[in-house]
Amino acid sequence: MNRLAAWLAGLLFGAGLAWSGMADPHKVLGFLDVAGAWDPSLLLVMAGATLTYAIGWRLVIRRGRPWLDTRFYVPAHRRIDGRLLSGAAVFGLGWGLGGYCPGPALAGVGLGNADLAWLLPAMLLGWWLAGRWAR
Amino acid sequence: MIADFTPWSALGGGILIGLAALLLLVALGRIAGISGIASGLLPPRRGDAAWRLAFVLGLPMGAALWMQGQGGPVLASHAPSWQLALAGLLVGVGTRIGSGCTSGHGVCGLGRLSPRSMVAVPVFMATAMMCVYAWRHLLPGVLW
Repeated sequence: MNRLAAWLAGLLFGAGLAWSGMADPHKVLGFLDVAGAWDPSLLLVMAGATLTYAIGWRLVIRRGRPWLDTRFYVPAHRRIDGRLLSGAAVFGLGWGLGGYCPGPALAGVGLGNADLAWLLPAMLLGWWLAGRWAR
Repeated sequence: MIADFTPWSALGGGILIGLAALLLLVALGRIAGISGIASGLLPPRRGDAAWRLAFVLGLPMGAALWMQGQGGPVLASHAPSWQLALAGLLVGVGTRIGSGCTSGHGVCGLGRLSPRSMVAVPVFMATAMMCVYAWRHLLPGVLW
């Protein structure tokens, strides 16, 4: 049952990415290119998603537990450290270089996007390497 | 100068992304951070892999279903392979070290007012914009 719910959430998330235009690197780079022909669409994607989540979060977290588990798995640490800052900075460089963050990189496989033949294996390698390094 | 602005699909798609993230929260109690969910499979841990895999497999299926109804356009940038590979590597390393990406820190982190995310999001937005500025405007023609 929790696999079905997770799959459905992934399905809706992927459809949302495609609908919003964020699976299209031209639109993402069009937003990041503030000195070019700026396309503010991504700002509205973030605003729509974040406000929806913010409202839902307050309603959901009030319940003691989720439907299919015993507790909520919410990151507890609050420290702003070098790892957070350097990781975010490196992620941004990669995002700006290719126009893909992890969601669209995975969802785009379903669209047969040829870019991902190079980008996706490299992203998986990066996750694996950083996971080993961080231990 | 605003080109290609698509406010309604951006807002609609964004709201759908927010609802999908809420479904994962209310059903499984999990934060819908795509880098965290997917990188947690490398390597997989016993008893913790199935829901991650189900979510990750849903992403391309959902995108494909959406595009099926739309008669989808070609989306690829066809950038040089080394540029795409380097981009992917940086995204992978950065999101795992920094504990999140546009979904985990962006949508979910900002939505729940996480102080770490409120720092991480401006940082990756800024370096992404600087990176695009560098290769599109300072070094035009070097990349695609």
